Amino acid sequence: MTVKEIADILEANIISNPKERDIDIKSACSTDMMSAVLYYHTPNSLLITSLNQPQVIRTAEIAGIKTIVFVLNKKPDQHIVEHAENKNISLLITPLCMYSASGRLYQAGLPGCSQKF
Amino acid sequence: MKLDDVVKEISLDLKTCNSCLNNQVTGAYVSDLLSDVMANSKDGNIWITLQMHMNIVAVAGLNNLAGIVVVGGRQPDQEILKKAETEKVAIMTTPLTTFEIAGRLYQMLN
Amino acid sequence: MTLNLNDTVEGSFQLIGGNFVNAGEASTQLKVKLLELGVKEEIVRRVTIATFEAEMNVIIYAAAGSVHYYIKPDHIRIKIEDMGPGIEDIKLAMQEGYSTAPDWVREMGWGAGMGLPNMKKNSNKFNIDTVVGEGTTIEMVINFG
Repeated sequence: MTVKEIADILEANIISNPKERDIDIKSACSTDMMSAVLYYHTPNSLLITSLNQPQVIRTAEIAGIKTIVFVLNKKPDQHIVEHAENKNISLLITPLCMYSASGRLYQAGLPGCSQKF
Repeated sequence: MKLDDVVKEISLDLKTCNSCLNNQVTGAYVSDLLSDVMANSKDGNIWITLQMHMNIVAVAGLNNLAGIVVVGGRQPDQEILKKAETEKVAIMTTPLTTFEIAGRLYQMLN
Repeated sequence: MTLNLNDTVEGSFQLIGGNFVNAGEASTQLKVKLLELGVKEEIVRRVTIATFEAEMNVIIYAAAGSVHYYIKPDHIRIKIEDMGPGIEDIKLAMQEGYSTAPDWVREMGWGAGMGLPNMKKNSNKFNIDTVVGEGTTIEMVINFG
């Protein structure tokens, strides 16, 4: 699934890194806990979160995640957006809650990121 | 829809409060942040989270949630299960991730 | 896999307790260093994750700490020391889900009780030394494959 397709399904705005729009997202992980992001570090995975904190970008970068969706229209501060842009991480904002966002993507066929080690 | 239907359909493992299987399910709430759940979840919601510390029982009770699904194969310890049993809060576990459980519930309830 | 090194490559970072702004800086710089040296991306990710979790523990629980790393041709050893409260029960602390984090930490997305397990899972050798009231030292060795 491309970032654009995800944005369409989630009625989301892409607020950072439009040039990454064609990355193929292979799975999704929904969490607010950073250690969970690190636990399920799956390449080409989408992070769906409500945690609007700078740590999210740092954690995503370390986990190798390139696309983050913030739910409930949580708008990250400018410095968070800049940090994401520096690290080539795409940011999307959806008005949906985490449940609906996850639900819609799941129904659209996106698998969960349950690769463990 | 009753909690019993959900438990059966999604193969959840009910750990506490058998009588809770009769609870009416109004929807689901997905969050790992307790303040968020307290502010925004609705009566009868099933709460999906990876959190399994003591506070989750109080939150579920205060918000009159239908139950809590603890994901990722995580197992709340005995102390927490005991408290949930006493307070009549249903705790269910699953090896699946939040995204997957949310997805399945969404398909069931929507 | 072995790197072409003449000598051990080592370095260190200082960590300040409570400093969430720069949290992760040490791990990220270590990541850059390892990629420069030619370590496989998959291994670098494991090192970075393990180091980051250790860094966060210091920042969340301790007054201060440090990260020292020693890179040899076929592995890296990382030593994270802190002046923190120490760990009362290591076995309990290693259980997934167990956390002594206060509520405000949980609200910031930490304290899920996965930090120590994540560190152990990502390393080939893992050791904790701790003294309650004084601090904790974690040593990890990750082989380059």
